[in-house]
Amino acid sequence: MTTLDQPTTTAPTPVVRRDRPVRRELGVANTLSHGFLLVWGLLTVLPLLWMFISSFKTNGEILADPWSLPGALHLDNWARAWTGAHIGRYFLNSMVVVAGSVSLTMLMGATAAYVFARYEFRGRQVVYYLFVGGLMFPVFLALVPLFFVVRNAGLFNTWLGLILVYAAYSLPFTVFFLTAFFRTLPTSVAEAALVDGCGHFRLFFRVMLPMARPGLISVAIFNFLSHWNQFLLPQVLLQGDESKWMLAQGLFALSVSQGYAGDYARLFAGLSIAVLPVLAVYVAFQRQVQAGLTAGQLK
Amino acid sequence: MKHGKWPLIVTFLVPPVLLYVFFVVSPYLQAFQISTTDWLGYSADANPVGLANFKALWHDDYVWNALKNNVILLALVPVLTIVLGLFFATMLAMGGRKGSAGVTGVRGGALYRTVYFFPQVLSVVIIALLWKEVYHPNKGLLTSALHGLGLPSPTWLGDPATAFWCVLAVMVWSNVGFYVVLFGAAMSAVPKEIYEAVLLDGASRFTTLRRVTLPLLWDTVQVAWVYLAIFALDGFILVQLMTNGGPNFSTDVIGVRMYDTAFGSETKFGYASAIGVVMFFLTLSVAVLSLRIGRRERIEYS
Repeated sequence: MTTLDQPTTTAPTPVVRRDRPVRRELGVANTLSHGFLLVWGLLTVLPLLWMFISSFKTNGEILADPWSLPGALHLDNWARAWTGAHIGRYFLNSMVVVAGSVSLTMLMGATAAYVFARYEFRGRQVVYYLFVGGLMFPVFLALVPLFFVVRNAGLFNTWLGLILVYAAYSLPFTVFFLTAFFRTLPTSVAEAALVDGCGHFRLFFRVMLPMARPGLISVAIFNFLSHWNQFLLPQVLLQGDESKWMLAQGLFALSVSQGYAGDYARLFAGLSIAVLPVLAVYVAFQRQVQAGLTAGQLK
Repeated sequence: MKHGKWPLIVTFLVPPVLLYVFFVVSPYLQAFQISTTDWLGYSADANPVGLANFKALWHDDYVWNALKNNVILLALVPVLTIVLGLFFATMLAMGGRKGSAGVTGVRGGALYRTVYFFPQVLSVVIIALLWKEVYHPNKGLLTSALHGLGLPSPTWLGDPATAFWCVLAVMVWSNVGFYVVLFGAAMSAVPKEIYEAVLLDGASRFTTLRRVTLPLLWDTVQVAWVYLAIFALDGFILVQLMTNGGPNFSTDVIGVRMYDTAFGSETKFGYASAIGVVMFFLTLSVAVLSLRIGRRERIEYS
């Protein structure tokens, strides 16, 4: 907002503006824009940095001065979080469930989207809109009945139940996105393959899927992050058995118990364990991640 | 092309449809049905009570209080996030204006974008728990910074007067980076010549943003608005983990009300479903309204 004070319409003072000493003003603006950008950058990084640094401090050091650096690297905090608070186990649990749910989502989403994009049949529009309509409903509304649906199916407190539910709730976006993507692929290749005697199934797995790879990767990243970060569904559908919990539940429990035990360092270590791999993956694949997540909004 | 397409259609479509109908469509339909019953618990009977739950809702002060908070969030979170997002995206795209006839990105722009996007890849749970520590009244980052400067510090989440604004700030904090990247992507699709022409005409940066960038990005801004509005009407996890609606219901939102009613101290499933149904219609009308009000002509670059 460096130029707020200037007239914003072109009509009254065009001459004055053209004669303005442009360069000097821009130098100031440049410094200012860097200043603003830097402030927001710090605001973003500081809490995370504080979390990492505190995870190496003793509880005494954390209480004495939150801004201080650790006197020594207390890696035992990490050990207490990983084994004592079972963050390690929850981490692996989450990996298993998310691997299953993302694979299932992609398989079902891609096959359904392919049919919607490439085959004509009666009722196609109806089924398509049934899926896409789900985009407008918040999960929340279904929470109570979903709990009973899952329980009656004997899937309460099971990973399979969670995997199926994650996949089902990810289908609207996945189908919506991939249908649009399959439609953009050229039809000539598919027709040529069919003429050459390639079957419909072979065509899909051998020709169409490889061609749709960029789209598949974007949606897979999107789904991975939303499943990995899910909290509400496990909270409701995986309440009882602690050994089966997801990472988010484990962290929440750690935070609650920290309130009584006063073991702040362990909480920070637990949070760091959860943050580090996600940030590492993000930094390594940031272009794909940003594209995958923003694609959801740009259509 | 016709020959033999049915085996594929059936095998490809039936499993997803079954899964979807079983776990998504049927719960939604049941939610509407349950909302008209007095169902109380896991085994108790559910008697149809018509619209009694909705009548009770109308006179439920806690629900109104939560709704009031959601409306404040709805009014502030999208505006603040979009303004900050546009501001930083503009800075990144045009901060490095060179001379009078050149538009360049600011130096280190890629690094800024990477960092700004961090909160987006973190789980809401982590964001909530981390900020709860930042706001901690004794050993938190904020309090001790203020004390270090010799200033008095509020108790943040512990004070009904400040708790709500603390939660709101975290909502904005966690979203801005995403919209910087989103708007940045949309801005890079705008032909550079447009900006250079505007610049030659001597327009200031603010004018450029208001008169050129914003109209060109209108579609994206509108979509952002809808998503943020839906986000503001939800806000459930953040609030539940940071304050659980307290202190003294000052940060309560509809989602927390509903969760508490269904899975908290009491198990009023009928009543909770009624809250869910109201939420659904609210979300839907907000989404439709913002799309309607914001409708403008689409701009395409040839």
